[in-house]
Amino acid sequence: MTVVGWIQILVYCALVAALVKPLGAYMTRVFNGEVSFLSHILRPLEAGLYRLGGIDANREQHWLTYTVAMLLFNAIGFVSLYALMRLQAVLPLNPAGQGAVAPDLAFNTAVSFVTNTNWQNYGGESTMSYLTQMVGLTVQNFVSAATGIALAVVLIRGFARASAATVGNFWVDITRATLYILLPICIPFALFLVWQGVPQTLGPYVEATTLEGAKQSLAVGPAASQIAIKMLGTNGGGFFNANAAHPFENPTALSNLVQMLSIFAIGAALTNVFGRMVGNERQGWAILAVMGVLFLAGVAAAYWAEASGNDAFTALGLSGGNMEGKEVRFGIVASALFAVVTTAASCGAVNAMHDSFTALGGMIPLINMQLGEIIVGGVGAGLYGMLLFIIIAMFVAGLMVGRTPEYVGKKIEAKEVKMAMLAILVLPLMYLGWTAAAVVMPSAVASMANAGPHGFSEVLYAYTSQTANNGSAFGGLTGNTLWYNTTGAIAMLVGRFLMIMPAMAIAGSLAAKKTVPASSGTFPTTGGLFVGLVIGVILIVGGLTFFPALALGPIAEHLAMLRAQNF
Amino acid sequence: MLRELRPAIVVFIGLTLITGLAYPLAMTGVAQALFPWRANGSLIEEDGKVIGSTLIGQYFTSDRYFHGRPSATLGPAPADPSKTVAEPYNAVNSMGSNLGPTNKALIERVKGDVDALKAENPGTAVPIDLVTTTGSGLDPHISPEAAIFQVPRVAKARGMPENRVRELVSQHIEGRLLDFLGEPRVNVLALNLALDRGATK
Repeated sequence: MTVVGWIQILVYCALVAALVKPLGAYMTRVFNGEVSFLSHILRPLEAGLYRLGGIDANREQHWLTYTVAMLLFNAIGFVSLYALMRLQAVLPLNPAGQGAVAPDLAFNTAVSFVTNTNWQNYGGESTMSYLTQMVGLTVQNFVSAATGIALAVVLIRGFARASAATVGNFWVDITRATLYILLPICIPFALFLVWQGVPQTLGPYVEATTLEGAKQSLAVGPAASQIAIKMLGTNGGGFFNANAAHPFENPTALSNLVQMLSIFAIGAALTNVFGRMVGNERQGWAILAVMGVLFLAGVAAAYWAEASGNDAFTALGLSGGNMEGKEVRFGIVASALFAVVTTAASCGAVNAMHDSFTALGGMIPLINMQLGEIIVGGVGAGLYGMLLFIIIAMFVAGLMVGRTPEYVGKKIEAKEVKMAMLAILVLPLMYLGWTAAAVVMPSAVASMANAGPHGFSEVLYAYTSQTANNGSAFGGLTGNTLWYNTTGAIAMLVGRFLMIMPAMAIAGSLAAKKTVPASSGTFPTTGGLFVGLVIGVILIVGGLTFFPALALGPIAEHLAMLRAQNF
Repeated sequence: MLRELRPAIVVFIGLTLITGLAYPLAMTGVAQALFPWRANGSLIEEDGKVIGSTLIGQYFTSDRYFHGRPSATLGPAPADPSKTVAEPYNAVNSMGSNLGPTNKALIERVKGDVDALKAENPGTAVPIDLVTTTGSGLDPHISPEAAIFQVPRVAKARGMPENRVRELVSQHIEGRLLDFLGEPRVNVLALNLALDRGATK
């Protein structure tokens, strides 16, 4: 670890913190329906959409109607994306002549992009036409992120409202999240990326003759516009196979810094939206503090592990950390930082190959995802995941002193706790269950690229990533098989929607409750005690669940490395 | 539920047109107007022929050129396109090796590369980026140490004085942005181009 390395990390953290207040203030205005500086451009567009759709922007929905609307919208998105992939060979904007995507791969990919996972069992430049990338994948990058933001806002409204029968209007929320928040940031962001070197063209792949006289085809395409929303919406699906490690996708250290910032921007700002809507910004800062402590711990561990490197390399006289699968322009620190950021949020973009990280360096991304991606988290999903953990933490605190737990003026009762536990328990059921099934199936084991404990880690990572809707991978695993395409899609669907539905039920139940004024017996939720309690609950609930699996994978592999045992 | 069907269809189509067509096409138009060279892939042309991109590494094997990092990209086998074979720096199929830290194949590959490099330049520590594969398989850069390590070989193959080659390398070292962001590096293609241009002068 170096001083310059830590300066990069701290500058990054400072920039994220600086974005929280302005972006939080702006998003709060948007979701309260107030006029903002973009209103006079976007209002007519928005109003036109509502008129065509017969939407009354002032008519709010019950939480159940809201959820049904969201599911319906996602179902249409799924069908449209699936059809596009199956038909791309006969549709325009396909200069590289990509064929139809196979049914099971198209199914997995459609689920993957609708659920904001962006798990990729395909290589972008060798599978998808420009039309599919734009009208299919870019669209889902936007609307799956907007869906997440809308749902987080609903849960916030549940805490902020009193005796209310409705939680908002899904059509209004998703339209505003897309048009007022995501799109206006993506436009300058995409142009910035082009300036740094990301291609943005509809032209065909370029044929070059190298200095040594060999032929080299260069895959290009409308990449910058898709990469902007891929990062900002914590989607993570690469335009190219190597994702943000590809020099066309992430050309410079500066593009890398801005891409990492955009991953955290909205998720971090949503904590501020929460604080503002419940009437005390410090509530939001307390949540961000929980995230910040867990984040920095992860960064320190991953950076240390990658900088310490692989003992097998050291034995050969090599020094300078584990550079296998990393790019020179990012080096050790920006690769380790990116890996922690992308898995703390549910982004899943990678600028280095996680499969080639050291055992402990690769374990940090796994832990981030297994904790439910509540360290900033996916846009929206991170905040509602964190609020579920806070409900459990307040319940535990209430049990300790024998009082009915309260949080920001709402009584936490049996229904909320049951729903929160349901959402939290669904995740390990998926990633542990499918991993257990896969490792006893010879055909699924054959997909592993590495033997020994690392092969187990590959499978565990695959199901963890898909269940947590992350999308990053230990990429050696051959995921494009009928088994992995199908079971992975199930894990993604369950991980997304079986977490959303209990969260929505909680939102509806909380909104209907009266607000309890704070008294001398109310547990203060803006101080260090609260932050420590929530961190403790996250680590205990998470740690007890997945520690045995980690012991079989990365921990066993680390011990093997110390004994110079290879597989 | 049926009441929500019309809004679902209209909002989906509306947002698809805006984010899936209007947005990428507008960005393409603006990017082509503002940064045409970048938007088309930062291509280097000589005598009207494209010889590569400044951002994409090339596979160099000749002793006369500086070599890039090992690349694990694959390409279709010439005999049977349904199978794949090693095709380093294949820029239509970017990928890393995905070998884990305790994989025998990784350790043996690195050991072989280290031995070969030690034979080439004994007495100098082998830089780690010269024996580890790039994440994308297309890394255009090597570390300054990795460039300096190759100076004796290149100078000998070209019959140039070593200090002349070393000087060329130091001219091509790019530092950290604002002295803290990123890592020092050398663009291999740019360096090799400079070598060729210097040689013809």
